[in-house]
Amino acid sequence: MTRLSGVPLKFTFDGRELTGFLGDTLASALLANGIHQVATSIKYGRPRGIVAAGVEDSNALVQIEAPFPEPMLSATTVELYDGLVARGLSGQGRLAAEPDPARYDAKHAHCDVLVIGAGPAGLAAAAEAEGRVLLVDDQPDGEAPEGVRFLSRTTAFGIYDDGFVLALERRGEPAAPERISRQRVWRIRARKIVLATGAHERPIVFPDNDRPGIMLAGAARTYLNRYGVLAGQRVVVFTTNDSAYEAASDLAAAGAEIVRIVDAREGYGVIGTDGDTHITAAHVAKLGEMEGERVECDLLLVSGGWNPAVHLFSQARGKLRYAPELGAYVPDGDLPTVSVVGAAAGEGLPEVKTLWQVPAPESEVDTRFVDQQRDATVSDVLRATGAGLRSLEHIKRYTTIGTAHDQGKTSGLLAAGITAEALGVDLATQRPTTFRPPYTPVPFAALAGRNRGDLHDPVRVTMIHPWHVEHGAEFENVGQWKRPWYYPQPGESMHDAVLRECRAARTSVAVMDGSTLGKIDVQGPDAGAFLDMLYTNMMSNLKVGRIRYGVMCGVDGMVIDDGTVIRVGEERFLVTTTTGNAAMVLEWMEEWLQTEWPHLNVFATSVTEHWATIPLVGPKSREVLGRLAPDLDVSNEAFGFMTWHDAEVAGIRARVCRISFSGELAYEINVPSWYGLALWESIVDEGATPYGTETMHVLRAEKGYPIIGQDTDGTVTPQDLGMSWAVSKKKVDFLGKRSFARAENNRPDRKQLVGLLPVEPSVLLPEGAQIIESETVPEPPVRMLGHVTSSYDSAALGRTFGLALVRSGRERIGETLYVPVGDQVVPVTVTESVLFDKEGARRDG
Amino acid sequence: MTVDAVEEPFRTQLTVRLREGHSLLGVDLPGPCTFTSANGVDILWMGPDEYLVLAEPGRQIELETALREAGALAVVDVSAQRNVLRLNGEHARDVLAHGCSIDLDPSVSPLGTCVQTLFARTGIVLMVREEGFTILVRQSFANYFTTWLADASLEYVS
Repeated sequence: MTRLSGVPLKFTFDGRELTGFLGDTLASALLANGIHQVATSIKYGRPRGIVAAGVEDSNALVQIEAPFPEPMLSATTVELYDGLVARGLSGQGRLAAEPDPARYDAKHAHCDVLVIGAGPAGLAAAAEAEGRVLLVDDQPDGEAPEGVRFLSRTTAFGIYDDGFVLALERRGEPAAPERISRQRVWRIRARKIVLATGAHERPIVFPDNDRPGIMLAGAARTYLNRYGVLAGQRVVVFTTNDSAYEAASDLAAAGAEIVRIVDAREGYGVIGTDGDTHITAAHVAKLGEMEGERVECDLLLVSGGWNPAVHLFSQARGKLRYAPELGAYVPDGDLPTVSVVGAAAGEGLPEVKTLWQVPAPESEVDTRFVDQQRDATVSDVLRATGAGLRSLEHIKRYTTIGTAHDQGKTSGLLAAGITAEALGVDLATQRPTTFRPPYTPVPFAALAGRNRGDLHDPVRVTMIHPWHVEHGAEFENVGQWKRPWYYPQPGESMHDAVLRECRAARTSVAVMDGSTLGKIDVQGPDAGAFLDMLYTNMMSNLKVGRIRYGVMCGVDGMVIDDGTVIRVGEERFLVTTTTGNAAMVLEWMEEWLQTEWPHLNVFATSVTEHWATIPLVGPKSREVLGRLAPDLDVSNEAFGFMTWHDAEVAGIRARVCRISFSGELAYEINVPSWYGLALWESIVDEGATPYGTETMHVLRAEKGYPIIGQDTDGTVTPQDLGMSWAVSKKKVDFLGKRSFARAENNRPDRKQLVGLLPVEPSVLLPEGAQIIESETVPEPPVRMLGHVTSSYDSAALGRTFGLALVRSGRERIGETLYVPVGDQVVPVTVTESVLFDKEGARRDG
Repeated sequence: MTVDAVEEPFRTQLTVRLREGHSLLGVDLPGPCTFTSANGVDILWMGPDEYLVLAEPGRQIELETALREAGALAVVDVSAQRNVLRLNGEHARDVLAHGCSIDLDPSVSPLGTCVQTLFARTGIVLMVREEGFTILVRQSFANYFTTWLADASLEYVS
């Protein structure tokens, strides 16, 4: 028989090679091949077939094996394509072990009116709507009214605030990964939304209601009229309403024999079925009677009425009302921007005799299935009510009814009805369970879209980055930045590379890419006053041309950032921040300027990426700078520590600052980032050794300079860091000042930054290790004195060392403490935090 | 090709802060979410008292002087802070719609529109011009931005 398009498609199901046609779903193709059973049930292993023709199907889960593995898809929603290999699934499937070659993406769309559902009501609404109209429908075909943008194969699965709707478009199988996305998430913003989502037919619960060959009446009609598949020859129809007669009539016209119509309104019901992998007979009885007549059939059509598809309406916080004539919940009036039309509003749906379950004979094993995917029965519902549960939300969680892939589209209301009967309450007084997105399952791959692999998260790089890559740098992630960590030479370990880079900085000249350093231009008549409030030390008395180190605290008096402040002009400063805190500090400034100090005439502007910043470090740095900037007097007298000069360096206009984060003679050369790479290459050509963040960390730790965020954790004051000198006693006020007077801030046993020297000079302490007082680890609770915040091997010291936050640390200088590391307890000597060049003799070269 | 992206390197870019006034450099000041142009200068609205002046390369010092004389409260050279990119072609709007949630329909975002928004996960400044779009992206994000943009364009280029 030729059906549909007549274009044959070969596919494989459970190892059988079969043929379907273009336009089939996997379910319609299986039915056309006479296959009703798709899987066995998850708990009881019972044969299960195709119940519905759309997203509401509870049974027919399949695993796609080829062209690419995909688990737990509903056979009723998988469009057939050539080469599809699938098998029936009992519950969970398997995810692919290999990466998905298909592309997934997202796209934004905007409209005045979004119509969801292209049935008659949706088409009418779209035709009437004004402005930019977008119509989406989950079916493959269809035609939209003129001037309406139409997305077929597109399922709206979530409604959020302010007219925001997410929809999943299936763009074709098999996928064409080189150009076109397989699935697309549409992010739609609509001024008005019209829901024309239709209705789902509801089954009726009776014993053995789960055999393959038992199907919703409307589904059989869909399979016949849309797909040209007659699902059975001898048909029994069990209904509570008129709509099943239309199915019976269509199937009869197609040649099926309608052997019995069992109409609950006439007092009859199905009280059981026979069959193994397929239904062979239905038992028909007067409602309430436990003995019935056996009627042979190969298809049992069931209709308990229709549930308006109110999922999206309910997601949008629309109120629902129980409509007894339909036996279903319907929207209780439109929302200001969300309206419901057609069957979704309950329009045109048949009146029913409400029947959730057929009174049935007692049996040892309950086969009255409410949620077929979860293998949950009437007994499970009664066990829940028997345990005292009354809320449908609780019963849902207790029984798992409505928690499967179909989210209870057919079972939810049955469970509610059976619960109401058991509790003897009116369903109208029961609150239905909440509908939450997604309406239908959405693959994570689709939600991730293009944001995976290299595009998962922005990678920020400096203008000099290509050089680092070319020269074999290993990189460290600092926030979103990739920073050169160290530059191993062929055959060199990280340890060796870092020692070599450190030696270069301490004995010769070395250079690093510091462009990620946060930089903020602070400008205006009140700039000095503003910075006096932000920093713990005084900034307004800094002279133009000079630089000062500063510490910034939160209102709790804890250090939040540090950096240098350069006075560019009378009313202009350039502030530097740590790499990771650049955005935070700018926001911090804006917050104070906009909320508390709007009277200050001052403006802060990020210039982080305008400048490439290149520290040039080491005793020979002056020589190198002198050669690169012949017009600049680099002598210590003319260019002193903590001053800056504008100059041409390697032919580029630059701002050169004499700042040191290593204790060595050092300069920081700033040029517009366009010229960063050119300057870098010129410096390297002069013989400077490139060094990375690891060496920077070692050099600064040898000098006891803390890194905010590594040696501090938001509970550390400037005093704890030994920086009382950076806290002004003269200033009337600044952020954090009041907190310094708190008793807590003045406790002598606060944790303070100190140095640690392992007694055995080759032992490297792990950062984060705890510090205790005793040589052996005592029984818990163990008193922790603090922890190791930084730990390195030092070329300059010829040994390992660490920094640590230790209770009463400064009082303990000279003491021996202990650091448990694995099975060992490592003895360490507490020292001052400055371990190298304590007198600062190296600063001026 | 139905999408075309070209960088405009080394443009002059100055952040200007100004609380009162109607024009700068002979250009009327733009209102919220717009930009204005005259005499080879674009002025972009960046906030209630913040503008970005965009001009051809090399005019930093000249324009900064002029802006200060015109009463700007603050002027900062940020020329190298952001890369400038022009995006043209029949499908430019489509490509942007993949990463940007702004409604770029001409009825909503006419010529002269200027918004600060996200493209994928990076901030951008987006200007709607007669000949297409001008996009400003922070320099450190430029690699990420162009990689993402190129990937999103695949469907639309021949």
